[in-house]
Amino acid sequence: MIPRMRRAILIGMAFGAGALHLTVVGVLLMLHQRWIVVDTVSLGQAVLVAIAGGAGAMAGRPLLGVLAGVMAGLPIAALTVVIAAVPLQSIFIALSPDLLDMLTLGLGTAAGVGILLGGGAVAGLLGAGLRVSPPVLRRAIIPGAVAVVVAGVFQELIQLMLQQYEGIVGVIRDFLYTWEGLSQQGAVAVFIFVALCSEVIGVAQRRRIARWPVRDLRRERMIWAGLALLVLVLLPAIAGSYVGQVLMLVGLYILMGMGLNLEVGLAGLLDLGFVAFFAVGAYTTALLTADASHALAHLPYWGAMPIAVILSVLVGVLFGLPVLGVRGDYLAVATMGLGEIVRVIVQSDFAAPLLGGAQGILQIPRPRLGSFVLSSPVSLFYLTLVASAIAAFVAWRLENSRLGRAWMALRDDEDVAQALGINLIRSKLLAYGLGAGFAGLAGSIFATMLTSVYPSSFQLLISINVLALIIVGGMGSLPGVVLGSIVLIGLPELLREFGEYRYLFYGAALIVMMRLRPEGLWPSDVRQRELHAADETLALDAGADAVPAQR
Amino acid sequence: MARFNAVDVVLWALRIGVVSVVVGGTIGTLIKDRYNAAQWFDFVMFGLTIGSIYAQIALGYTMVYGVLRLINFAHGDIVMTGAFAGYFIANPLARSGFLENHPVLAMAAILAVAVTTSVSIAVLTERIAYRPFRRVVGLAPLICAIGVSFFLEQTFRGMFGSAVKSYPDPQWQRATFHVMGFNVPRIDVLVIGLALLFMGALYMIVQRTRMGTAMRAVAEDGEAAALMGIDVNKVVVFTFVLGGAMAGIAGVFYAFLYKQVYFFMGFTPGIKAFGAAVLGGIGNIPGAMLGGFFLGMVESVGPTLFLDGIGIRAPYQLRDLIAFTLLIMVLIFRPQGLLGERMAKKRA
Repeated sequence: MIPRMRRAILIGMAFGAGALHLTVVGVLLMLHQRWIVVDTVSLGQAVLVAIAGGAGAMAGRPLLGVLAGVMAGLPIAALTVVIAAVPLQSIFIALSPDLLDMLTLGLGTAAGVGILLGGGAVAGLLGAGLRVSPPVLRRAIIPGAVAVVVAGVFQELIQLMLQQYEGIVGVIRDFLYTWEGLSQQGAVAVFIFVALCSEVIGVAQRRRIARWPVRDLRRERMIWAGLALLVLVLLPAIAGSYVGQVLMLVGLYILMGMGLNLEVGLAGLLDLGFVAFFAVGAYTTALLTADASHALAHLPYWGAMPIAVILSVLVGVLFGLPVLGVRGDYLAVATMGLGEIVRVIVQSDFAAPLLGGAQGILQIPRPRLGSFVLSSPVSLFYLTLVASAIAAFVAWRLENSRLGRAWMALRDDEDVAQALGINLIRSKLLAYGLGAGFAGLAGSIFATMLTSVYPSSFQLLISINVLALIIVGGMGSLPGVVLGSIVLIGLPELLREFGEYRYLFYGAALIVMMRLRPEGLWPSDVRQRELHAADETLALDAGADAVPAQR
Repeated sequence: MARFNAVDVVLWALRIGVVSVVVGGTIGTLIKDRYNAAQWFDFVMFGLTIGSIYAQIALGYTMVYGVLRLINFAHGDIVMTGAFAGYFIANPLARSGFLENHPVLAMAAILAVAVTTSVSIAVLTERIAYRPFRRVVGLAPLICAIGVSFFLEQTFRGMFGSAVKSYPDPQWQRATFHVMGFNVPRIDVLVIGLALLFMGALYMIVQRTRMGTAMRAVAEDGEAAALMGIDVNKVVVFTFVLGGAMAGIAGVFYAFLYKQVYFFMGFTPGIKAFGAAVLGGIGNIPGAMLGGFFLGMVESVGPTLFLDGIGIRAPYQLRDLIAFTLLIMVLIFRPQGLLGERMAKKRA
């Protein structure tokens, strides 16, 4: 019993430390500003409950869950006492009276500590209880709760969509939502509806499994992905310009992600200067089309875009040439240095006569189709969509081509690849060049979207964004890139106040993914097979170890 | 290589280009003769000062790399944590006048707090983020380190805000010595002197103590060291303690030199110091010190000496360009560094 209790305490403390971190950096209070259910539960409170519940679920049995939950609540409870006693806001800007109000529910310190610890105990108990509960219960509760959170958190968006319709949709909307957000009756209704649906689907699925013992997981996943893609394509037309803008940004990152994926995912060349190619695409488009004094030409957008892409490819090759012999982590630093050099030059007075310096280049025209100007976010989204689709096709064909297989060989072992007759120079330069082409295309669309370019848009952070999204999605996997962009670019954009803390979560996501799921959320088949093979080898090794132990 | 291919042509063009800029620029600047001896002396002095800071940061990279074969991408941010911790003690001390009246005690307190903070964070980072990757090869450890770097930066931004905070500027730091007609700022002497002192102490620890010997053994061959009964985990923690301490000191000095702290401040000196570590031969402790001074010098004297001569406007804006170019040239042409031969084949 004692070791189990120790384990529960340690788990609780780890979760509590996480909660403390979220509190001190100010994420918790920010989340508290967003209601899930109006005047009932905020997102911040839900996160605290989820943390204690998670600790409880990991601890295992109900009593241990209570222990872990209390331990998870303890650090914040201690923090509450400290904030109430000493004003710390002059140092830690997040420890404001508002935060104290949130943690104590405005009831005073003693009551607040009681609520935090008691709430932790209850949440821990629930978490542990959920874990040992029968699957019928779990299948209803978890999807139901998730649906309530989604319906509450994205209420603005959902209301915006529903507003366009009258009649039965209007009645449902008025029942679920007040103008502030999800109402209490709405939350209950959503929960019951989704829980019931989940039960029905669950029963239906079990019957189907009984009929066909082998499920074609891959096909099923593809069908779901196709449906999601369809929704994604149609959503901006239904939901209006804000969603269109967000999705167009997601589309740009998908483009860049596919480009970096060729370099990192397939060829194994960790490139942290990727933003430079994006900048080349944007600046070329700007210089060739802008209605400004130092523009080189006044081409229409469709004339400038191919030139921007070709120039990016050339710069990519030029970029790759000197670092051909540099490997692994040194390559990451060298490419980052190259990217920074590009930024320093663009920003300097030295290059200002050509590139506009810190003021950038303004008045870039929007693309035209005949007499129709693509100026609304939705129409630009469709431009990005078409570009991404073409790029995805190219990337998909590349992946299965001779060149793609050469890249993968070179990723796995450069020396062996060379020994097998792969031309290292050619395939590496092609990886840099083609990857850069994708980024150049994204940059070109970016320039016309903003109608202006500034050097400050091309920070190292963009390279890190793209790297993070292909790692979260799954290195070397095209659907992974799409998923990664939606999760890392789209979600923070929809939760607008989240923007400030985005990079905190990127950092955490990189660490957690590398530790728990290095193959990504949606790994490529090859990677999964590799990892599976590694598991088998491990099992064999373990078996070999086990033999002498038995003797 | 007998065959002369396109890549060699490009690399030679790059070499020739950089050398001609350096030589041409130097000649041009010397002919124009726009700067007097005092100005050159200022450049050199600043180069030595900033170089001593780079040297201290570079030590952290080089020691961790020696023991773990890992680029501690977050090391620059450990520097930032030290500078921040120093700020929160330096500021009240400055307001109460203590920093002005008792410089030695105040500096000792500031450094102590900074070092404690950066050492704790460095050790925590190792325990939480790096230890699980001890046996992993490939890109995963580096990507995890990039994640740690962002996590630290954004945590500090969340805790203390994104605004630039100005460091106190006590009178005694602004005073100058007069040596042979040149003005030597006191802060420069302080930074260089203390940096040399601490680096000397570090060198003694690594060379003379039991723990230092164990560290060198692990750097030489980790498995053999473990077989000899050396507790590798302890050595790794010790390495992070030493590196973190140097980073904390460097952070405080860097902040006193530039008079400001903000959450992203560790990034650029971090990358440059990594370049310095490679320049000196990664894993090589005296090399890292030398590389740091060299980089600081090139960065400080370079813009005026190389770029002014070929008629580039506002060359000081391109200071980072020179540092990054040096970094890339080293990574491309001499990844084993100036002193080190050990990693030559493995990394290049």
